[in-house]
Amino acid sequence: MENLLEAKHITKEYDGRVIIQDINLILRKGELISLLGLSGSGKTTLFHVLSGLTKPREGQVILEGNEITGRPGAVSYMLQKDLLLPHKKVIDNVSLPLVLKGLHRKEARQIAHPLFSEFGLEGTQGQYPSQLSGGMRQRCAFLRTYLSAVSGKYVQAGTRGQKQAHLHGVALLDEPFSALDTITKSQIHGWFLEMMQRIDLSAIFISHDIDEALILSDRIYVLSGTPGTITHEFWIRRDRGARKGFNLTPEFLDYKRQILQALGTS
Amino acid sequence: MRKRSENITRNLPAAITLILIVILWEAVSRSGAVPAYMLPAPTAVVNAMISDFPVLMHHAATTLQEAAWGLGIGILLAMAMATVMDRFLVLNRAFYPLMIISQTIPTIAIAPLLVLWMGFGMSPKITLVVLTTFFPIAVGLLDGYRSVDEDAIDLMRAMGASRIQIFRHVKFPAALPHFFSGLKVSASYAVVGAVISEWLGGFEGLGVYMTRVKKAYSFDKMFAVILLIVVISLLLMALVELIRTLSMPWLKAGRGAKQGK
Repeated sequence: MENLLEAKHITKEYDGRVIIQDINLILRKGELISLLGLSGSGKTTLFHVLSGLTKPREGQVILEGNEITGRPGAVSYMLQKDLLLPHKKVIDNVSLPLVLKGLHRKEARQIAHPLFSEFGLEGTQGQYPSQLSGGMRQRCAFLRTYLSAVSGKYVQAGTRGQKQAHLHGVALLDEPFSALDTITKSQIHGWFLEMMQRIDLSAIFISHDIDEALILSDRIYVLSGTPGTITHEFWIRRDRGARKGFNLTPEFLDYKRQILQALGTS
Repeated sequence: MRKRSENITRNLPAAITLILIVILWEAVSRSGAVPAYMLPAPTAVVNAMISDFPVLMHHAATTLQEAAWGLGIGILLAMAMATVMDRFLVLNRAFYPLMIISQTIPTIAIAPLLVLWMGFGMSPKITLVVLTTFFPIAVGLLDGYRSVDEDAIDLMRAMGASRIQIFRHVKFPAALPHFFSGLKVSASYAVVGAVISEWLGGFEGLGVYMTRVKKAYSFDKMFAVILLIVVISLLLMALVELIRTLSMPWLKAGRGAKQGK
């Protein structure tokens, strides 16, 4: 598998305090990996660097061979809060990344529209975010994240003849489901895995929930210490399409025990 | 239907209070406890309003023109100022205290100065209206711009949005409710501001007419002017409320039922 996104020797400090030190990680095409760490381990700081929102003191971020350190717009970013704009209809919220890249609003809507049924959001296009429940809003935010990840390629390729083909992209997901209640969360996990199978998205997922990370990812990096560094890496050797009931197996518990040890909390 | 009956129940106490006050006022005036030249009865005020109607409308037109120009310029100025102040922190630090101080100067104290500087025409009146309407709108907008979630701005930046795009898609729409709250206050200030500046000199306008009838001790006519000013201010505020509702359809949509999981 080819390396899609690479972080090389990332060190970042705020106000003279080093938050993360010498972080190296690789995201391969089609992968879904998790960053697990206790709060304060620098997960969000690392995401700010990877998304280009801030420049690291040292190190590089490389996307498909091109350096994108400190340059936002190439990698998509999803936060815990859905951050849907209350004054825009759902369709305009979701297609906003395309508009920001220079597409006309009408064109952007045409691209986004067919994706609604695929994402289980049919019928919400013309509604305002305040009319949707928390789970639905998070799905909309995920669709926007996806469109943001592929927006650059849509604009490059032009819109004609591209309708059904899925373009690949990279997304950073910062605890996107942690604000949801337990039942909605487990429902959305199933939906999320199904979506990830269908669309060509590679993603890094931040979590402090070990179960969530184990259910969703191919690989888990454990981030710990002050300043935060990557101390362990786990490969989850079960196909992502067969994760239903995974959390009830002895295998799952075994992974969980190892990760707890790695976090230094057991 | 239910909504209408709810509205009636909600507004009933205010309506009854108002009616009771008017009845009491009429009774006091008629009983002779207070002389009619000091406090004319409501019926006398209404009569004066009807007989004076054409003259009142003529003066109201002038006052409304001043108020409209002043409010219009005030809005544009406030928008420009607030937007620039939000963009450049230095300007915010430089001008915000001055804006607050300027609001503590009583209108009535600067009005004669403005007449002295600009003469008896419309310009001193318009200037005064600008000065009084500018502040609530500018402060409303500034607060609105600042109310935006920092994470929303980070998200927009991560999507590659430029500063102008962030302003257009996030900041300005977020400031709209604050803008309209300010505008509502300013709309009522606009008419009052124009009338106050007319008191201090001018050829026509409700304020000019007011000083004239006061000097003639026609207090029924003076009360008629006051009543008219109240009605005009209320209508203006209602107009602002209407524009507010129309320009922010999402506020109304949010009150409906939620859908799905």
